[in-house]
Amino acid sequence: MSLVIVNTGVANISSVKFAFERLGITPIVTDTPEIIRSAARIILPGVGAAPLAMETINSKGLTPVLQSLTQPVMGICLGMQLLFETLEEGETTTKGLGLIPGTVERLDTQSLPTPHMGWNTLAITRKDPILSEINANDYAYFVHGFSVKIGSYTLSKTTYGSEFSAIVRHNNIYGCQFHPERSAKTGAKILENFLKVSI
Amino acid sequence: MLARRIIPCLDVRAGRVVKGVQFKNHEDVGDIIELALRYSQQGADELVFYDITASVDNRTVSPNWIQAVSRAIDIPFCVAGGINSVEAARARLSAGADKISINSPALQNPDLINQLSAAFGQQCIVIGIDSFTENGTYRVKSHTGDPEKTRETGRATLDWVQEVIQRGAGEIVLNCMNQDGVRKGYDLEQLNAVRMVCSVPLIASGGAGETQHFQDVFERANVDGALAASVFHKSIIAIPDLKADLKRAGVEIRL
Repeated sequence: MSLVIVNTGVANISSVKFAFERLGITPIVTDTPEIIRSAARIILPGVGAAPLAMETINSKGLTPVLQSLTQPVMGICLGMQLLFETLEEGETTTKGLGLIPGTVERLDTQSLPTPHMGWNTLAITRKDPILSEINANDYAYFVHGFSVKIGSYTLSKTTYGSEFSAIVRHNNIYGCQFHPERSAKTGAKILENFLKVSI
Repeated sequence: MLARRIIPCLDVRAGRVVKGVQFKNHEDVGDIIELALRYSQQGADELVFYDITASVDNRTVSPNWIQAVSRAIDIPFCVAGGINSVEAARARLSAGADKISINSPALQNPDLINQLSAAFGQQCIVIGIDSFTENGTYRVKSHTGDPEKTRETGRATLDWVQEVIQRGAGEIVLNCMNQDGVRKGYDLEQLNAVRMVCSVPLIASGGAGETQHFQDVFERANVDGALAASVFHKSIIAIPDLKADLKRAGVEIRL
């Protein structure tokens, strides 16, 4: 199966690539529109700040490409957040890809240490093939300060100070707020499921 | 619920994992990849690789072994040692490190923290602090990799913690040096004092000798993670047993 990791120039591309290699798949890391369009599966990785990431995507001319995909797409961490319409980071508001209706906001962690960093449990809110063999209270590895509230797109939620979306799906578009590439067996299973989903 | 993290620390020198007592007299404990794989399979929540000679030798961590580690394991890891520029940090993150930890270079050039946080986001910037207790106060030292090069910084630990957070640190590893390698327990008093002023995740380091010490540091100092080296390298504590015992004691733990 052809799997493309969109080269957005962010730092965690290698770890995502290695995670698929451990599953026996060799991903293509590229920012070439034709290769992205023709891939069977597409991963949008991401760490860091939203404005810089969107600026890179826009400057590479990838926004219309990513907006026109019909095959299964998965955004990881910031890559998931970029799938939404609007990203609010402090005083800056960034226009996202708009593939899922909704807004990314600062996670209200109450009085807990911030950012949300570490292994937290998944609660399943909606059945989906991506969650095959994933059990309630399986742990995934999170590192983030911003998040998406619970909505109709939420497949799985997590609580840290307040509830937020851990896994989302809207049509062919999936997103994980945590890092499946760094979430041991649970993460590997989700990536494996993503390779198997049919839209 | 967010789990408390158990974090083996692998001190790296010349491509091998080593361990000393109070940062001196290092002995060889094994191959980097072998140990990384063993610990991740045993249930470690995260690994820290610390190139203990990088800062004092004025060189930087080799990205080659970073990529090999990233390829091998499926849990997060942090690399530390001599990262003194945005470019040095970028090389390590691109090689597959999830976080970078800065210690001496941040003390020499605190603005580096702001630069790194702006370039890569707060979430991957860890600040390591080597703190000594002297006459009832906590003081920061730098270049602790070599006892002969270790320096006074003139900084109080509690002030430095607040400054690095304000500059954009995403996590703090507090190494209580009086406790390092002697396995008498974490410095709960100092960790509590730091916890009071630390709004980002706090990792305790230095002093783990038995399971009770881990339970104490989570229950009594409310740290997010506990880092240890010799107890794991010398098989004094097995990670699966440790995590099962902590879970039984009511600590939130990923099994």
